[in-house]
Amino acid sequence: MPTVTLTVDGKQVSVPKGTTVLEAAWKAGAFVPTLCHDPELTKPGACRICVVEVKGARNLVASCVTDAVEGMVVETATPAVVEARKTILELLLDNHPEDCLTCHQAGDCKLQDYAYFYNVKPGAFGGEAHKYDLEDDNLFIVRNMNKCILCGKCLRACEEKQGRAVIDFAYRGFKTKVTTAMDKPLADSVCVSCGSCVAICPTGALTEKAMLGKARKWEIEKVRTTCPFCGVGCNFDLNVHQGKVLGVTSNAASPTNGRDMCVKGRFGVDYVHNPNRLTTPLIKKNGQFVESSWEEALDLVASKLGEIKGKYGSDSIAALSSARCTNEDNFVMQKFMRAGIGTNNVDHCART
Amino acid sequence: MSTLQQMRSGIEESYKEKQNRARIVVGLGTCGIAAGGNKVMEAIKSEVATKGLDVDIDFTSCIGMCFAEPVVEISLPGQSSVIYGGVFPDSVAKLIDGHLVAKTPVTEMAQIQIPRDASPYEGIPVMDKSGYYAKQVRSVTSRLGRTNPESIEDYIATGGYAAIEKAISMERLDIVNEVKKSGLRGRGGGGFPTGTKWQFVHDAAGSKKYIVCNADEGDPGAFMDRSVLEGDPHAVLEGMMVAGYAIGADEGIIYCRAEYPLAIKRLNLAIEKAEELGLMGDNILGSGFNFKIRIKAGAGAFVCGEETALLNSIEGKRGMPRVRPPFPAHKGLWQKPTCLNNVETFANIPFIIRNGGDWYAAMGTEKSKGSKVFCLTGKINQTGLCEVPMGITMGEILNDIAGGVLGGKKFKAVQSGGPSGGCLPTDKLDLPIDYDSLISAGAMMGSGGLVFMDEDTCMVDVAKFFLNFTQLESCGKCTPCREGTKRLLEILERICVGAGVPEDIDTLERLAKVIKSSALCALGQTAPNPVMTTLRYFRDEYEAHIIDKKCPAGLCAELLTFTILKDKCVGCGVCIKACPAEAISGEKKAAHVIDAAKCIKCGACVPKCKFDAIAKA
Repeated sequence: MPTVTLTVDGKQVSVPKGTTVLEAAWKAGAFVPTLCHDPELTKPGACRICVVEVKGARNLVASCVTDAVEGMVVETATPAVVEARKTILELLLDNHPEDCLTCHQAGDCKLQDYAYFYNVKPGAFGGEAHKYDLEDDNLFIVRNMNKCILCGKCLRACEEKQGRAVIDFAYRGFKTKVTTAMDKPLADSVCVSCGSCVAICPTGALTEKAMLGKARKWEIEKVRTTCPFCGVGCNFDLNVHQGKVLGVTSNAASPTNGRDMCVKGRFGVDYVHNPNRLTTPLIKKNGQFVESSWEEALDLVASKLGEIKGKYGSDSIAALSSARCTNEDNFVMQKFMRAGIGTNNVDHCART
Repeated sequence: MSTLQQMRSGIEESYKEKQNRARIVVGLGTCGIAAGGNKVMEAIKSEVATKGLDVDIDFTSCIGMCFAEPVVEISLPGQSSVIYGGVFPDSVAKLIDGHLVAKTPVTEMAQIQIPRDASPYEGIPVMDKSGYYAKQVRSVTSRLGRTNPESIEDYIATGGYAAIEKAISMERLDIVNEVKKSGLRGRGGGGFPTGTKWQFVHDAAGSKKYIVCNADEGDPGAFMDRSVLEGDPHAVLEGMMVAGYAIGADEGIIYCRAEYPLAIKRLNLAIEKAEELGLMGDNILGSGFNFKIRIKAGAGAFVCGEETALLNSIEGKRGMPRVRPPFPAHKGLWQKPTCLNNVETFANIPFIIRNGGDWYAAMGTEKSKGSKVFCLTGKINQTGLCEVPMGITMGEILNDIAGGVLGGKKFKAVQSGGPSGGCLPTDKLDLPIDYDSLISAGAMMGSGGLVFMDEDTCMVDVAKFFLNFTQLESCGKCTPCREGTKRLLEILERICVGAGVPEDIDTLERLAKVIKSSALCALGQTAPNPVMTTLRYFRDEYEAHIIDKKCPAGLCAELLTFTILKDKCVGCGVCIKACPAEAISGEKKAAHVIDAAKCIKCGACVPKCKFDAIAKA
């Protein structure tokens, strides 16, 4: 692959042709902040926090959307760059609630991190800030549009990753807002609550309803597991606090699904602590279900199957399993039917 | 001999014949119609019918003298055409009786005359030699106000479609080189060399390419493109066709703002007529070259005048600028190479192809060739449209074309380039108008709107006006523009009501600098220009507002105090009646007093006082 060599902060770095200045700068070890950039999504070059100086350019350059070219000389921390980044942060904070103390996202918020790094205080301009109502109409997602910095990652994830395009920018100028069609509540939209928007939001604008106010970000222990809902095998992180599963966050390192998940996996694990959950087998005795041991239950099933097989033959028994079970589960099921029961009567729900 | 040549001789003959009959022509551009042109037309028709006169009645577009609308032209065979201004239905009979019946022009209503065979009438300024047109050239505007824009015959008879006829016999690259030779630069405001852009699109790989015409004129005070579209729609179509042939495109789209219904109507009509005559469509003039044009009406967003936002809008997406590069020349509409120019640029092309690049380059300055159309608005005597050679000074436009400042007031500033431009003060009146001089002065050519301001204009208020416009029209995509213009506006609002603090000037400058250097598109990058130029040239006005809490122009109401001068007040009580806030009191024949706490600073009392006894400061 052809490479180009450029200079970043006086250091030479070679990168494959087509690499952005941002990626080249990162490779050279430079700190360049980003808000709207995401490696899996298209690049709008919108937030402008990643600006750098490129020798010969008329203006500062958004590094996330500029290709590195041979001989380019890039400076990532000149006074002009730092002034621009600080001003952009001041502008974002001026239109942002000053509630980091109680914000669920605190500790895992890019805006907070960069404000800390650049020592930017809120209220630099003392201007008008948005006063939108909190949107908690959706069963799983809470939207606080006052915290939205309009990076647009949510709407790009919705369109580009999920193919849904439920949300987009509406209105103009300072009134620009991410909304559903006609600015209707999320619950009344065609949103399927996959939560991709929540997973990608860099601030506290989009949060998981079930986890709100339950634990600070740094108190949560993340336990990697596989989703029990179907056979796809999605991986995610259980968010555990004081022995309880609060919810789930996706993990970009998941080989099957990356950050993508469906509504069940992302928001459906609350059954774990449900008191109605069955934890032992039940056997109906005298018209009543009675808790039993696994041994007793399995013995009962085995004896009943044996009885039927003896009386009516192997082909009088059939098994139906789910296409959403794992391959291993389905393999064991058909093996049991063929080798154990002695019939080919196996089927699954998704055949027709 | 091609079909066009066959047609042309017949059309030219009848055009000449038409010109040599007694004629009345009414100016029916949007400006003429708004001033009552349609009613004038009806009055003329009924007057001619009543009197049983043998006279042709026709209409044309705006000739440029918007200050004189409604405009009517009357001519007798062989005699000068006289253009009358301020013609309303009640003056129609007088004009017809005088000029057509008695064959004596009505001199007091005449604005200008265009001489023909006979010697000019006395007492009426001759166009191109005096008055409004003395310092103008009429190239791209040559048909405006002279031909019927809805008649393809008028267009052909005045040299129309000769350029495409010539172009299809040329090598494609020769056309590009001719445009390069002309030195034509983008008339939308950016000033990028048109020939170079065409070369890029010509060289870009791909079999499907597009021509797009930017007719989304949105600057406050700008109406050049509307006037050209309404007055010479075929020239724009022909320019696009030449471009299409040169770069290898078979499809053109005109993105025209929906607020220009007359322009859209005339364009549609022009397309229809051109297709009927085989001048557009498949196998144009038997050359094998195919080209079609359609119109896309914009939905009213200023930012869609930015080329990449415009392309998004055509594609049905939200009008938000794309990151450049890639430039439209390489990846434009539907990601295909696209040649995107503005109305005036395309309208210049037929003239350049017909007369040659050298002819065009002979006009103008070294780096800004040719002529430019400007719209003159604001506090001047003669508002309207003018076409001037590049290099003319701002002072010549103000004094010789616009007729000086209205009401004999003192000139203060001129805003060039709309909301993206800057305000230039008196000492810049000798600045030659070209792309580079204007940029070095902190303004820009922009699309060509010039707003003149007099001594009563508050420059902080002007900056506030333009920032209000840009912040409302920001697409909201990038942080510096979306949030930054809002903060600039808030600070300016604060200063105008007397709540400014000295640090505000530093904040304005810092914010303006960051927005200019880091915004995504040209709209954002140029949005701070009104603030930066007013701070550069009129800093004292900012300081007066902030430190002295005074508005030197006497415009910012919150900073004004109204007082009654005891020695002048005769105690007549007129001001008491005029005051809507009951803030003035006093006994009859004794000096009155204004209660500052009650005064709402509306100024209603000042013009009512016959003794100049109320002071505003």
